Amino acid sequence: MSQDTSDSVALPRLVSGNPSFSDIARDVTAPTSGTPPSWWVIAFVAAMSLLMLYGVSVVWLVWEGVGVWGVSHPVAWGYGIINLVWWVGIGHAGTLISAVLFLCRQRWRTSINRFAEAMTLFAVVCALQFPALHTGRPWVDYFMIPVPNQMLLWPNFRSPLLWDLFAFNTYLLVSLLFWYVGLVPDLAVMRDRAKKGISKILYGVFALGWRGSARHWINYERAYLILAGIATPLVLSVHSVVSFDFAVSQLPGWHTTIFPPYFVAGAIFSGFALVVTLLIIAREVYGFKQFVTLYHIDTMNKFLLATGCMVGYAYSIEFFMAWYSGNEFERFAFVNRAFGPYAWAYWIMFCCNVFVPQLFWIKKLRRNIAVAFVISILINIGMWFERFVIIVTSLHRDFLPANWGYYIPTWVDITMYLGTFGLFFTMFLTFLRFLPMIAISEIMGIMDKANPHHASYKTDENATKQNV
Amino acid sequence: MIFPKWVDKVTPVLVMGAAFSMIALVFVFWYWFSPKNLNVGYQPEQPINYSHKLHAGALGIDCRYCHFTVDKAAHAAVPPTQVCMNCHEIVQTNSDEIKLVEASYSNNEPIQWVKVHTLPEHAYFNHSRHISAGVGCSECHGRIDQMEVVFQAEPLSMGWCLECHRNPNANLRPQEFITEMQWPVAESSFSVLSEQAFSVADVKALSAGKKRLFSREEVGGKIAANLNINPSQNCSACHR
Ligand code: HEC
Ligand code: HEC
Ligand code: HEC
Ligand code: HEC
Ligand code: HEC
Repeated sequence: MSQDTSDSVALPRLVSGNPSFSDIARDVTAPTSGTPPSWWVIAFVAAMSLLMLYGVSVVWLVWEGVGVWGVSHPVAWGYGIINLVWWVGIGHAGTLISAVLFLCRQRWRTSINRFAEAMTLFAVVCALQFPALHTGRPWVDYFMIPVPNQMLLWPNFRSPLLWDLFAFNTYLLVSLLFWYVGLVPDLAVMRDRAKKGISKILYGVFALGWRGSARHWINYERAYLILAGIATPLVLSVHSVVSFDFAVSQLPGWHTTIFPPYFVAGAIFSGFALVVTLLIIAREVYGFKQFVTLYHIDTMNKFLLATGCMVGYAYSIEFFMAWYSGNEFERFAFVNRAFGPYAWAYWIMFCCNVFVPQLFWIKKLRRNIAVAFVISILINIGMWFERFVIIVTSLHRDFLPANWGYYIPTWVDITMYLGTFGLFFTMFLTFLRFLPMIAISEIMGIMDKANPHHASYKTDENATKQNV
Repeated sequence: MIFPKWVDKVTPVLVMGAAFSMIALVFVFWYWFSPKNLNVGYQPEQPINYSHKLHAGALGIDCRYCHFTVDKAAHAAVPPTQVCMNCHEIVQTNSDEIKLVEASYSNNEPIQWVKVHTLPEHAYFNHSRHISAGVGCSECHGRIDQMEVVFQAEPLSMGWCLECHRNPNANLRPQEFITEMQWPVAESSFSVLSEQAFSVADVKALSAGKKRLFSREEVGGKIAANLNINPSQNCSACHR
């Protein structure tokens, strides 16, 4: 947008304070050198402890079998699937920010894309834990992969659960590639700044011999563009396929055509919320205020408002359709959702996801770090409850009243859920320590100095001032 | 420069190697770790030097004399010592091996035969269903009459079961020859004389070259049509 519209539109500067190129490289790589700060060590120890808790729960689960979970008749899908959908949903922000916003030339994405992509990858890894363990016999999980075998069996290609496997792994692979390709120039920076032999070699290996020649850049830009093109449909496909797990079944409360778009909106909603949470923390502790400006937070919050309204619409239209369908089971499922034994969960979901984001209509609140932080956390709680509501309330009262029951998670359910936070944050803190959390080369690209029309290029100085 | 120049040449080799080893890994699992490779030929040592080659081959005792439940029940019984004693009360009583058999008999303690063919518990198998449909012992156990010590001749994997269940005709034979080890007598073809059954006389006529020759599939097809055979491929047939 900067080059051709420079005269007509005045935009806030995306990097405040006008640092030089070498300042940027130094500031961004600072957290990766020297001794780690004490908060990092404390956080890492905490994350590792949670990870160990996770390990213990998994060993117990595998040893004893999935009976140690709270799932039973009639609620056969509990925390396992809730957490799976929740984590995968969170994993959506990364590709959206990196691929879709890249293709839309939304240059404000540059200071958060690396961060959001890393978050995506780690969230998807957390999500994949659950289906792998939910099979009950993780050592034969390879049955899910179509390889020739002694049983002459292929996976059941008519099952949405199998589509899930492909959707997730495609997503993981493409996100990983996308993240890695974007990292290559920065890895070269890390290699050139590294002092010790081992880190020089490791960064060197992964930098793939990058020298920053014009040919390198041309190939890089092309590869990045192509990957962005491949990744874009995945933003829609992954959570649509997750929603098929429910929508393809015949259960009232699950069997609805609105599920794919509704799930995608919800996924982007929760993903952006977690990006905001983590971004605010990183911005405060690392002091990256010149890269992550209030303009960024403001824009992210607008996304939250928009997607929050979309899920609100979905919640309401579901009720309308249940009534309009004239199907008594469908009607029962929804009335039971809002006023049955799990009404508390439903209203937590509704408040957190629909009412709370409405505060973002007010510009002051959008630009208030504390408010944005609290709301982003509330949204993720709400989105967790959304999955809880969809899965548990639809199952717990099925067609035979004699089967009705009430789902209660066990301690293993809870420690495993908490444990995936350990997994997530261990990976995330490692990432913060060893890789540049902001795309150095891209940040340099959006500086005024990088613009060939630098002299004629106008930024809105007022808007810029407000952002710091 | 951190890396020497030859790294440029090695890298593509490594990448290709990694891709190749992924494919090789699948192949290794599919081939070397398959029951065909792991289970076929399993031949445990038995407590007594009992030989099928002698008893079923040379002496020509019918399988059902010893494995007497095979055509009536799901399980093929391994004979109790009493069955051996029908003959060995008088035959070869001086042999060391037979003394062991006798000891088992007089002490009323069964001989601890080691089981050769084993299906996992989650698979259900029924001998009588197969015998009455016309699947001969040799189809699944190989040439028992030539084995000094029994070994597993077929993989017994699910894929192996299904291969026959999908296309059973070539494995079916008339009831009279169910325990015949070499069948048909003439290689891969023989005669069909009547609509219903195939008698010993038919096969003799065939050996004499007097009748038109049919392939095994055709004969099997006739049997399958007569007995209305249609082996199940439902998961629940074998995993109940
Ligand atoms: C004289 C009795 C006798 C006769 C006749 C006999 N068997 Fe056996 N069979 C045994 C005994 C005893 C064993 C167990 C010891 C062993 O495995 O060698 C056995 C074992 C077997 C086994 C292996 C069982 C396992 O543990 O998996 C098979 C298969 C078998 N017999 C098939 C046959 C067939 C086919 C015939 C006919 C051609 C036959 N037997 C005839 C006595 C007999
Ligand atoms: C129909 C009669 C018959 C039955 C039933 C029978 N056998 Fe035999 N068995 C014989 C004969 C005949 C010989 C001897 C062949 C020879 O003289 O070389 C023999 C030989 C043997 C020998 C070899 C002895 C040696 O030292 O040469 C062993 C071992 C043996 N039998 C075990 C068994 C066992 C175990 C069973 C029961 C599962 C059994 N037999 C059932 C007829 C029988
Ligand atoms: C369709 C294939 C098939 C045919 C035909 C067949 N068997 Fe088997 N047989 C098996 C399998 C599979 C097992 C292993 C069963 C198990 O472990 O449950 C077995 C096991 C046995 C055993 C060992 C049982 C034990 O518990 O140790 C004997 C003995 C046996 N078969 C004899 C025979 C005889 C005799 C015939 C012919 C009359 C015959 N079988 C025909 C497949 C077959
Ligand atoms: C050589 C051919 C052959 C092999 C090998 C074979 N089967 Fe069969 N099976 C048959 C035939 C023929 C039938 C009879 C179908 C009928 O009567 O309609 C049958 C029937 C059955 C049935 C009864 C099905 C029903 O409808 O209830 C079971 C169970 C079964 N087989 C299991 C097995 C298992 C397990 C294996 C592998 C260990 C196996 N079979 C291997 C040919 C075979
Ligand atoms: C003709 C009989 C037969 C039928 C039909 C059959 N199976 Fe099997 N299956 C077996 C046998 C026999 C085994 C054990 C093979 C072995 O591991 O030795 C087995 C093993 C398996 C295993 C491996 C279990 C493990 O832990 O190793 C799976 C999974 C399986 N079957 C799934 C299926 C499914 C799904 C179907 C229906 C599409 C099916 N089977 C139909 C006979 C059958």
